[in-house]
Amino acid sequence: MLKFIFWRLLQAIPVIFVVITATFFLVRSAPGGPFDSEKAVLPEVKRALEAQYKLDLPLHEQYLAYLGDLTNGDLGPSFKYPGRSVNEILGSGLPVTAELGLYALSFALLIGVLAGVFAALRPNTRQDYIPMGMAMIGICMPSFLLGPLLVLIFGIYLDWLPIAGWGDLPGDKILPSVTLGSAYAAYIARLSRAGMLEILSQDYIRTARAKGLPEWRVVIQHALRGGLIPVIAFLGPAFAGLLAGSFVVETIFQIPGLGRFYVQAAFNRDYTMILGTTVFLSTLIVFFNLISDVIAAWLNPRLRAQFKGSA
Amino acid sequence: MSLLNVNDLSVSFVTRNGTTEAVKNVSFSVEAKSITAVIGESGSGKSVSCYALLGLIPQPPGRIDSGTAEFNGQDLLALSERDLRGIRGSDIAMIFQDPMTCLNPYMRIGEQLIEPLLVHGVADKETATRRAIELLDEVGIHNPESAMKAYPFEFSGGMRQRVMIAMALITEPKLLIADEPTTALDVTIQAQILRLVKSLQEKRDIGVLFISHDLAVVSDIADRIVVMEKGLVVEQGAPADIFTNAQHPYTQKLLAAIPSGAPPEPDSGRETLITTTNLKTYFMSENSDEPIKAVDDVSLSIQRGEVLGLVGESGSGKSTFGRSLLRLTPITDGHVSFDGTDVGKLDRNNLKALRRRMQMIFQDPYASLNPRMTVHDTLAEPLLLHNIVDRTGLDVAIRELMDNVGLARGFTKKYPHEFSGGQRQRIAIGRALATKPEFIVADEPVSALDVTIQAQILDLLKDLKDEYGLTMLFVSHDLAVIRQIADRVAVLYRGKLEEVGNTSDVFNSPQTDYTQQLLAAIPGKSAVQHNMAGEGAGQS
Repeated sequence: MLKFIFWRLLQAIPVIFVVITATFFLVRSAPGGPFDSEKAVLPEVKRALEAQYKLDLPLHEQYLAYLGDLTNGDLGPSFKYPGRSVNEILGSGLPVTAELGLYALSFALLIGVLAGVFAALRPNTRQDYIPMGMAMIGICMPSFLLGPLLVLIFGIYLDWLPIAGWGDLPGDKILPSVTLGSAYAAYIARLSRAGMLEILSQDYIRTARAKGLPEWRVVIQHALRGGLIPVIAFLGPAFAGLLAGSFVVETIFQIPGLGRFYVQAAFNRDYTMILGTTVFLSTLIVFFNLISDVIAAWLNPRLRAQFKGSA
Repeated sequence: MSLLNVNDLSVSFVTRNGTTEAVKNVSFSVEAKSITAVIGESGSGKSVSCYALLGLIPQPPGRIDSGTAEFNGQDLLALSERDLRGIRGSDIAMIFQDPMTCLNPYMRIGEQLIEPLLVHGVADKETATRRAIELLDEVGIHNPESAMKAYPFEFSGGMRQRVMIAMALITEPKLLIADEPTTALDVTIQAQILRLVKSLQEKRDIGVLFISHDLAVVSDIADRIVVMEKGLVVEQGAPADIFTNAQHPYTQKLLAAIPSGAPPEPDSGRETLITTTNLKTYFMSENSDEPIKAVDDVSLSIQRGEVLGLVGESGSGKSTFGRSLLRLTPITDGHVSFDGTDVGKLDRNNLKALRRRMQMIFQDPYASLNPRMTVHDTLAEPLLLHNIVDRTGLDVAIRELMDNVGLARGFTKKYPHEFSGGQRQRIAIGRALATKPEFIVADEPVSALDVTIQAQILDLLKDLKDEYGLTMLFVSHDLAVIRQIADRVAVLYRGKLEEVGNTSDVFNSPQTDYTQQLLAAIPGKSAVQHNMAGEGAGQS
């Protein structure tokens, strides 16, 4: 088991390295720089600024310097928020985004698993078609459409929930979480339906019924364990995707999370900010993928035994 | 009074393509303290009628049209789902065909074992666990305490079937329904499980409803036999009556299909076609550095024109041996020589030329034919590939092949799924024969087939062998089949050659313990005796 985790971590290093390198040179190859603006800046001032942030060095030296800082965990200073480091900015935005992601994921799991299991119990009937049709809509509907729609219905017409903000008014966390989570709920619903359908057709489900188990126990005790493994394996990438993809929702609902900094950094050519966010998120993605792989494998007794054997 | 009395049961399946009557007005009964066997081929409705009793067929598409099933003074078919559930797994328990898939792979054995007791409120967890351990011990699981904590994958098929049996018996049922419980098992394991079922039945005085496609299997244990064909009960009675005085033509056909023929007389003084010297085929194992020795140092020769039967249980390396001869699996060490050439040293072109002379027939005709190729295309491929005929002669050659394997010529435009299992195996044989080979490896060619079809395919292979002077390696786990077709028999055990000799010698005076065990495990001794007696009296 430990050997497996160790190998996966080792494999992650080249992945992250490639991400850093590609992002570094891509960002630099885009026209414009952090200190270009509509207002004319004196050439001396610009040069001084560039010298301060080491932008006057040849590109490969900048790259090596950046890698050097990175190994110490230093993502560098922000170019656009003077006096603040990228580490600080990420540190302030992350808790908000992580909280939003967690709520969204919980919502997605609850709704998705319920809908998927429900649909799988009576495949190809109305009980299947209705939730799966809704899931299809959920996957197709982009959050910049769903968000305003929900705001319109629950915020304005019904006036039940606040329409923006994070932690300022009671209930203001509901709409952003639902908006962010619904696409994932739809995806999880489809995964759990497929997983459950496969398990429910297995011989051992017939064995369980032959033992005289009531149907709900057949489903919960015998089918769920195997049926939800695909869902568990999906959770890691889903959570990472929620963190990285939250900027639309954060923008709609005026939430001070990571996403907004990320988008603004791209417009501002805030090199270190873009790089820092990318590196941070890609590390998270690799990490969460690893965790969900480990859990999914752990749920399979056969793989678990192999892990024990090799550890 | 009977334990179970099924009367006028009819079950049909309603699908978009219409209604299929799977079971038609079936009546039979199971006496307490006895074993009733329901015999029939796939599609005869034997399983459906038993599953219907417990409400285990999905409705829809299944539908029970008529009938009563009296058990313990209640009509099972009239009970509500809730009341039926109270009987399932307590008064009536079931064991199933494939022990590899019938246990939940995600749950510990113990957890699954005590479940029936807990669900039916018979015992608390502690008592249930104690009972489970006792019962595991009784069905022959070593070290039952640690078995309780194990997962199903840690057990072999035979062991899992023992667990299934323990699970069925844990609530002390009055009736046990066993659906082909030994079909997926090796022959020695099958014999053990059959003995176990019989002894548990006698000890506990329960009634057993034993479903099987194999008359030979049930002949040793059944007190009463019910024969089903196409949804109808065609005959029922005591085994002795069935075996000596079968009335219905279908029962007679089933009896005739039990392999019992005397082995063919060996022909001496033939030239050697294939020789293996110290053949070793190893596979790398994922979990350990020790390779899996599938074939371990086997030296064997096959004479031109003979059928060598290769016997062994699953995992004995018999299929790997066959594949190694054709170089379909890379060999680790040793030599295979075919008609004087070393097969292992051939380059691509020469290997292709040699492959024309050696062909293979596989076990599963469902899997070995390409589902997207018509019969015509399947047969045309080897003919054209090896330049046996050109396009102008193709149709004639294919028609000839179809005649040879006993398929109607009009079938050439059809796809494999439109054929039955036996017909598909005929197509596969036709494909193997297309290149006019001298040597054929037949890897369990009849194991996937019903018994009457099995007999037809064996006859076909025998005819073809005589007609074309084919040499054959006939791989099978089924000794009864081997005895019918093979001139000589080789026994493999864990990759090593145990014994080789003329068929009658091996069957009459086996030299090694393992061969003796294998022979002792052949089911249906009583049926075969009856059958031979019948043949003596001039029946076909």
